[in-house]
Amino acid sequence: MLEVTLYFLQQLINGITIGSTYALIAIGYTMVYGIIGMINFAHGEVYMIGTYIAFMAITGLAMLGIDFLPIVFAVALISSMLVSSTFGLAIERVAYRPLRGGNRLIPLISAIGMSFFLQNYVRISQGARDIAMPSVVTGGWNFGPEDGFQASVSYMQIIIFVVTVISMTALTLFINRSRLGRACRATAQDLKMAGLLGINTNNVIAATFVIGAALAAVAGTLLGMYYGVANAYIGFIAGLKAFTAAVLGGIGSLPGAMLGGLILGIAESMTAAYFSTEYKDVVSFGLLVLILLFKPTGILGKPEVEKI
Amino acid sequence: MLSFENIHTHYGKIEALHGISLNVNEGEIVTLIGANGAGKTTLLMTLCGDPRASSGKVMFRGEDITHKPTADIMRSGIAVVPEGRRIFPGLTVTENLHMGGFFTPKEDFYKTLDYVFELFPRLKERQSQRGGTMSGGEQQMLAIGRALMSHPKLLLLDEPSLGLAPIIINQIFDTISQLREEGMTIFLVEQNANQALKLADRGYVLENGKVVMEDTGANLLVNEDVRKAYLGG
Repeated sequence: MLEVTLYFLQQLINGITIGSTYALIAIGYTMVYGIIGMINFAHGEVYMIGTYIAFMAITGLAMLGIDFLPIVFAVALISSMLVSSTFGLAIERVAYRPLRGGNRLIPLISAIGMSFFLQNYVRISQGARDIAMPSVVTGGWNFGPEDGFQASVSYMQIIIFVVTVISMTALTLFINRSRLGRACRATAQDLKMAGLLGINTNNVIAATFVIGAALAAVAGTLLGMYYGVANAYIGFIAGLKAFTAAVLGGIGSLPGAMLGGLILGIAESMTAAYFSTEYKDVVSFGLLVLILLFKPTGILGKPEVEKI
Repeated sequence: MLSFENIHTHYGKIEALHGISLNVNEGEIVTLIGANGAGKTTLLMTLCGDPRASSGKVMFRGEDITHKPTADIMRSGIAVVPEGRRIFPGLTVTENLHMGGFFTPKEDFYKTLDYVFELFPRLKERQSQRGGTMSGGEQQMLAIGRALMSHPKLLLLDEPSLGLAPIIINQIFDTISQLREEGMTIFLVEQNANQALKLADRGYVLENGKVVMEDTGANLLVNEDVRKAYLGG
């Protein structure tokens, strides 16, 4: 009995770890959708670039002989966030802004083009082979009987969880309390009216791309350190999963993206553990189909109460 | 203070305004009346830069604002209460007012907030309620309050009486005349010609994208053609 419980607990821990990173990436989809009603299909690539930058930072510091973990982690995280934000900004400028006001299908296609461009840009500049990095954070806690199945939480998993919680709290405070956050919400609710109040809506839209990209970079750094390998194509499936998480939770809703990410992560790790690893993608995308069939607005996405 | 000089505005290939000239002097209430589709809202929105005039000039306080970005125009002392109110449904009353006073310096901001709450005590009672859950009248008050938060020199009102109960309409018009007494310049677009003309110093009648008449409010109110067309005979 104990063994069964521990095994379940282990899957839950793994699920939460992956789920929190899905949630971080999903924020980018949901924020951009909330404000311009479009899906940023190049968002997964921003995550991938985030991973690459973190790898470069960590390798660079190792070459300089710096291996004090807090510094390594902070430098990796911050450089990855900065570079990815720049890419987020560039995606908005190049693939979205010039096409705003036209047919909604066009920016969608240009974003997919942007996604291909970024994948191949990284592939050509960094090489097509997987890049690998030794674990920076090792060790963890084991609990359970000495001779039986032991559940374990690695320190890296704890870092992932803690950093995610901090990022989400910071984002929530920013959106709900700050001046720019209020402008983001107002612009999401009525873009034209925000403009009529003197708000430069172009800047607000750019800000959502930047915030989403920065959070994707956090996920990229964390997952890069967790898995220790990456290639130019990891953005595709991660982006697809995070998009699923955003839709699952209710696209346009921030708590929805967080919840959707966690549900998806847990569902995947449970499927992998109790059924078969090969089927975990089937389950996550099956979940997407079911939610679209039975509750198309997602779990937390509900139409705004509005009197006319 | 504000003048339109031979404004033409297009929606795609369709011309909605055929050369409109109109002016509003400081301290005046000027009303623009006309039927549905005459181009009233289009004219107001052309002033805000969305849509843009395809030819002609919009001057505000001696400055040509025809080609300025919307955000800049709206920061230069103009505030709008748009058609359909367009309050932010998911933001609370206070947050909506915060958006109106986005560029108001902090020390002025709370003074203005108190002023708006004094003008509309109802808003104070509902401070933390979401805008979308309020009644039409309350939303209209909020929309006016939001516009006042930026200390506008010129207040644009687009059909503030639309869809409201008569008693609320009276209240809104009382507020407008109170604002005029405080020195605000007001450009009022209305279908409710009777009440608008009673309040206005001057009025313009818009028909099919053209100004067909212009006079003082009192004169228009007794004008035969206006009575027939807009005041029910």
